[in-house]
Amino acid sequence: MIRIKNLYKSFNDKIILDNISVTFESGKTNLIIGRSGSGKTVLLKSIVGLHEIDSGEIWYEDTLFNKLDFAGKKVIRSEMGMLFQGSALFDSLTVEQNVRFPLDMFTENIPEEKNERVNFCLKRVDIINVNKLFPSELSGGMKKRVAIARAIALNPKYLFCDEPNSGLDPITAILIDALIKELTEEYSMTTIVNTHDMNSVMEIGEKIIFISDGVKCWEGSKNDILHSDCVLLNDFVFANSLAKKLRTTNK
Amino acid sequence: MHTGFKNYGKGITTNICNFDMLYDINMIKFLTYIGNYFLLLKKVFSKPEKPKIYYKQTMREFVYLGLNSIGIIVIISFFMGAVITLQTAYNTENPIYPKYLIGLGCRDSIILEFSSTVAALILAGKIGSNIASEIGTMRVTEQIDALEIMGVNSASYLILPKIIATLIFNPILTLIGIIVGIFGGWIAGTLSGVITSENFIYGIQYAFIPYYITYSLIKTVFFAFIITSVSAFQGYFVDGGSLEVGRASTKAVVYSSVLILLFNVILTQILLS
Repeated sequence: MIRIKNLYKSFNDKIILDNISVTFESGKTNLIIGRSGSGKTVLLKSIVGLHEIDSGEIWYEDTLFNKLDFAGKKVIRSEMGMLFQGSALFDSLTVEQNVRFPLDMFTENIPEEKNERVNFCLKRVDIINVNKLFPSELSGGMKKRVAIARAIALNPKYLFCDEPNSGLDPITAILIDALIKELTEEYSMTTIVNTHDMNSVMEIGEKIIFISDGVKCWEGSKNDILHSDCVLLNDFVFANSLAKKLRTTNK
Repeated sequence: MHTGFKNYGKGITTNICNFDMLYDINMIKFLTYIGNYFLLLKKVFSKPEKPKIYYKQTMREFVYLGLNSIGIIVIISFFMGAVITLQTAYNTENPIYPKYLIGLGCRDSIILEFSSTVAALILAGKIGSNIASEIGTMRVTEQIDALEIMGVNSASYLILPKIIATLIFNPILTLIGIIVGIFGGWIAGTLSGVITSENFIYGIQYAFIPYYITYSLIKTVFFAFIITSVSAFQGYFVDGGSLEVGRASTKAVVYSSVLILLFNVILTQILLS
């Protein structure tokens, strides 16, 4: 479980996150949704410690993460996996080496055990016969899968995904969403997904928070989202003409 | 920041105040910049997570930054040596000067200046831009963030192997440069007929001071550190996209080159005075 209390973050006196408080539950796919530039990525990067926050508290279970030093954060980070918007695979390493990297860095396993784990992770995300390829030789969807395989290599307790569907076609996007949900349930991870894709919201959104201009405006589940009174949320959810038409028809 | 106004009339007061403020702001920016450089170095030289992985990375950098630079050093040194020989010959046509001075001039110029300083300036262009663009691209594509999330000290993991590789390999490049440069001078001198082979060989042996080699190697080690650390600093703090990576790459070459020239003066004063 991850708890955020009264989080503030600003850049050059411009407030980006304004008093965010939320609890992300274990074994669930938690979604942060909002328009582009609303502060979703800053919130996610603040939660994982890539941005120093101005004030507030970030708790991982019973540990106050934002007050830890580098060594303390390292312990928590060994339980984190993250899928970045652009996959962030290491260009100079092959697919196999990318997934193997955290194992080489943080485990004392023998090479055979590492290879076994790498193959298991790649198979789990349906990536086969590309072990020796470099990231530049993969498609967008394959890169995301490899990045997920790398993220789960160390059996993380926490999985963070920053816009996992960006740049993917709708079918691949749904497959990636399904994979994230499956892995979350399989390993009982606390998963936080940043997205503005409404398909993802309706597919995997067990707990959802909506952010607008750095302020948390709404919190609920995918079942509540279509019946909310929050005007900003409704503008976001029913932004396209098809959604607007369906809403009018339902009314 | 200055709070007092200099009273030279209304308009002039404002201008001076703005100038003072601008000076203060730039000074703060400059000091912050220098501070960030040393903070990065502190991070770079902290204890590595897994020495075995760092060893592998260092071997990789030996190839990328060291072995791959041999070609350009050989070409440049050869032609430098040839040109120095021909120019020395042209400027010492007077029969008062013994011919072997051409060999001596070629040797000392190559050892004292060209193999270390000029080679460092060339390497600042090749290695410096390579390091800045590699690390800068990793920054903008969030690969450095990915390392940090895993709990890896990204600065140390990415920069330390490059520094170690260049500190060890650049002196080797300097020695190669000296040998090839003098060889280039001999070839040019003998083929053009400005000096006989015997005179040239006598010249390069005449009044040889072995300390000059030490001096050249010490300078090379300093320059290698400047090139790698300054370029890595430029790349590590890139913020933006491909345009900024390009700018960082240019800055890496310019700042490294200026610092090389500055330290060349300082080290020469310290080591040869």
